[in-house]
Amino acid sequence: MIQPAKPDLVTVNIDGKEIAVPKGTNVIEAARLVNVDVPHYCYHPKLAVVGNCRMCLIEMGMPAVDPATKAPVMDPATGKQKINWIPRPQIGCGTTVSPGLHVKTTSPMVKDAREGVMEFLLINHPLDCPICDQAGECKLQEQATGYGRGYSRFIEQKNVKPKRTQLGPRVTLDDERCVLCSRCIRFSKDIAKEDVLGFVDRGSYSTLTCHPDRKLDHNYSLNTVDICPVGALTSTDFRFKMRVWFLKQTNSICTESSVGVNSVVWSREGVIYRITPRRNDEVNDTWMPDSGRILYKQVQSAERLKAVESLEALVAKAASIFKTSAGAISVVGSGRSSVEEQFLTKKLAAALGAQAHLVKRAGEGDKLLISADRNPNVRGALVTGLISQLPCAELKQLSGEIDSGKVKTVVAINEDLLAAGLTAAQLAKISVVYLGTHANATSLAAKVVLPTLTVFEKAGTFVNQQFRIQKFAQAVPGLTGAHNDLTVLSALTAAAGGAALPSEVGTLWPVIATETPALATMLYKNIPETGLLLDATPWAGLSFVEGETLHFKPAAPVAATV
Amino acid sequence: MPAPAQHRIIFKHIDEPGYTNDIDCYLRNGGYEVLKKSVTRKPEELIDEVKKSGLRGRGGAGFPCGVKWGLVDRKSGKPIYLIVNADESEPGTFKDRYIMHQDPHQLIEGTIISCFANNVKQAYIYIRGEMPEGARILEKAIAEARAKNFVGPNILGTGYSCEIYVHRGAGAYICGEETGLIESLEGKRANPRIKPPYFPAVLGLYQCPTIVNNVETLCHVRYIAEHGGEAYSKIGTPGNTGTRIFCVSGHVQRPGYYEFPAGTITMGVLLNDICGGPLPGRTFKAVIPGGSSAKVLRFGERYKGKRKVGPDMVDYDWGVEDVPMDFDSLAMIGSMGGSGGVIVMDDTVNMVEALANINAFYSHESCGQCTPCREGSLWMKKISARMVHGEARPQDGALLKSVADQIPGRTICAFGEACSWPTQSFIIKFKDEFDAYSEVKKTLPADRTVLV
Repeated sequence: MIQPAKPDLVTVNIDGKEIAVPKGTNVIEAARLVNVDVPHYCYHPKLAVVGNCRMCLIEMGMPAVDPATKAPVMDPATGKQKINWIPRPQIGCGTTVSPGLHVKTTSPMVKDAREGVMEFLLINHPLDCPICDQAGECKLQEQATGYGRGYSRFIEQKNVKPKRTQLGPRVTLDDERCVLCSRCIRFSKDIAKEDVLGFVDRGSYSTLTCHPDRKLDHNYSLNTVDICPVGALTSTDFRFKMRVWFLKQTNSICTESSVGVNSVVWSREGVIYRITPRRNDEVNDTWMPDSGRILYKQVQSAERLKAVESLEALVAKAASIFKTSAGAISVVGSGRSSVEEQFLTKKLAAALGAQAHLVKRAGEGDKLLISADRNPNVRGALVTGLISQLPCAELKQLSGEIDSGKVKTVVAINEDLLAAGLTAAQLAKISVVYLGTHANATSLAAKVVLPTLTVFEKAGTFVNQQFRIQKFAQAVPGLTGAHNDLTVLSALTAAAGGAALPSEVGTLWPVIATETPALATMLYKNIPETGLLLDATPWAGLSFVEGETLHFKPAAPVAATV
Repeated sequence: MPAPAQHRIIFKHIDEPGYTNDIDCYLRNGGYEVLKKSVTRKPEELIDEVKKSGLRGRGGAGFPCGVKWGLVDRKSGKPIYLIVNADESEPGTFKDRYIMHQDPHQLIEGTIISCFANNVKQAYIYIRGEMPEGARILEKAIAEARAKNFVGPNILGTGYSCEIYVHRGAGAYICGEETGLIESLEGKRANPRIKPPYFPAVLGLYQCPTIVNNVETLCHVRYIAEHGGEAYSKIGTPGNTGTRIFCVSGHVQRPGYYEFPAGTITMGVLLNDICGGPLPGRTFKAVIPGGSSAKVLRFGERYKGKRKVGPDMVDYDWGVEDVPMDFDSLAMIGSMGGSGGVIVMDDTVNMVEALANINAFYSHESCGQCTPCREGSLWMKKISARMVHGEARPQDGALLKSVADQIPGRTICAFGEACSWPTQSFIIKFKDEFDAYSEVKKTLPADRTVLV
């Protein structure tokens, strides 16, 4: 594991607590380190500082020095160096720490400033929390409760603004709720590189809108909903569906590409309602593509595979196929399977004496959070030793072996062989044992179909493009009639004559750790929520397909490719 | 006592019969001679003259011009820009417009001298959107000066080149705030920038060091280059050197512009002797001394304290009429010299209605960036408009004051102060009127001037 370089530290005093923080930290972040909350709206750790909401006003002072001699001026009352407090409140977001900086966040001046800003923010706000989707996760609600006066002196007419503007296909805007923090504008412009949002009109009549003839339709538009501190920007998909406090949050990993975006799956009673990004400063910051957020819809798809027969009966059928075609079996594993599943796939292939293949799934990278490799876990297959070379575009070798009659049975794990380059005629020649979640041409042609679970219904780990192993947890119960992939794989391995292997993530890991050098000292439960970086040197010679994305630069092409 | 004579150095030719704004007239009156001399001098010498002169910026804040030039980052290797702030929008102020309309070459000469002193290759005149005539005149004047080689490449054969461009604003008060102006000039919304880090002297226009000076300030620079900083500093009083132009409007016999050495006349002399006093049968009630955002002064109040005269501290006890018209004295009594716009109100003015007017202006002009100013200015407008046009409540004065108190010092730019100071001062000084307005309103004559 690579340790970051130790940054220069600066000692500051926040509400009487001394803390050393890295140089360049601002007061909001420094205060967070001593568990002091500095309320804010416009400030976002991953966006440019504009300092316009004025909620993070704090009282600030520097140790006094004699202007002539530069000697510290002591306060006889306390015996400590005197602090020159600035008579005006300063913004915490725009103030970077300097040695000896003193900050007060609870003084009367700060309290008064916060009460003032809260009152101003609420006077033209519709206060429609009972029908607002943001309720429960609204900064305006939280900070009004925490720092407001609790009553209103406003008896005038509130400003009237558009209530339901469709900014784009996925985002709905209520301008009356907007506090004009400009986070969404800065996100679109600086992070998504699509400058489509802006304010029109002036003063309190300022209104958020799209530029003329533009739409908020880029693939990162839902991040504006996430960072909107109030209920102004809402997800058209999630709007009016469910109160957020009823939802269970489960940490997950997005399977859209090898970036491995950290996510949170929000579910209630076995039904997923939305997916949002989870902060990981080394991977996705706080962002996530829109396309990854709708993947949960596959869980309740009508195409889901279900079995009427018991797992034992299905495994017995597969076992008899294995017996009849012994020595002529091939395994097609998947870059979408978890590390644990790939480990068991390797075990299954070994028990069958079969060669393991992997299906390549490449697309265009978007230079941000979607990489060119659309398999989330090709590196997992390398780490577990399921494969030793990168997958080819089509299963050419397997295709030849089927034609020559060398392979008579294929175990396909969640991969459509037709989409991977085999023909219907080839499939007709062989027996297919299919493990998968959704019906496709291969499952239709298969002799035995073993229904398995989607990523949301099971736990496991993926290794992303940085060789960072990241774990995901089970968000919802598995579909009736489908079985956990690990259970199926371990049963098949046993049926193929292999050693009995644990079929649960927790118990399987000690086995994985003993047999996999790169994962030698790890256990599933010990992997932090933000993942662990593995040593990638054994695979440095491979030329991966990924281009540059956020927090990832492809290794310089190795000389061998010349 | 006869009215003291004006000392016109900037407004020397304003409204002079026969004086036109073309270059021939300017040259006949000794125009561009100062530039010819200046370009033979060392730039540092010119900066020193300005520092020696003690010239303070005439845009409103009164920041020393020499200090401002001294802060410019000259080591960055980036070009330095000079912006002429001609976005004169403070209600009650109308001095820069006269200069641009009637004596544009004075401004151009001052600008080129300042550019030469600061090694500026490009200058912009950011002129208020509502002054199309001024923009046309300046365009023409720049073309004339260019034809005579006072502007453009290789000025007067010295090898020094400088271009001046005129840029028209789109009509917003906030464009006069220097960082808002820079944003606007870059083609964006004029949202003022946060300082730090965006000090114009370091990260100004296009993230390059930038000097932003008021029109009148640059004309003073021309005068300083001609007569020397030493001579200039003898005009006026120490710390408040040079002349000041007062734009007097409102209820006086002779409103208009008047140029006097700073601090040499008092408010009483200005209003009574020079402007002819109140209209017949009326008495002065209040005066705003430095543009509508300055705190109002009430006739009849006394200001007491100690002030520095030479090396000594001297007690002072002034009425409004006794206050010397300079930056420091006006600041001492809790107001400001600002842009020199003196707004006079007599006993016919109802202060609640006057404030409603001012609040309407500031709420319309807030850029909307910072919460306190954006919401506070409109709230104050809504309250004062309701008092005037709808139901006034006895507690509204106190509410207004309390709203205003939540704004200044908590915003990115000085607009927070500009929009809250009128309300704060009106209510402190005319509390009786605000408290009683709900009753007074019932007895107001029906034929009085209808308020907007």
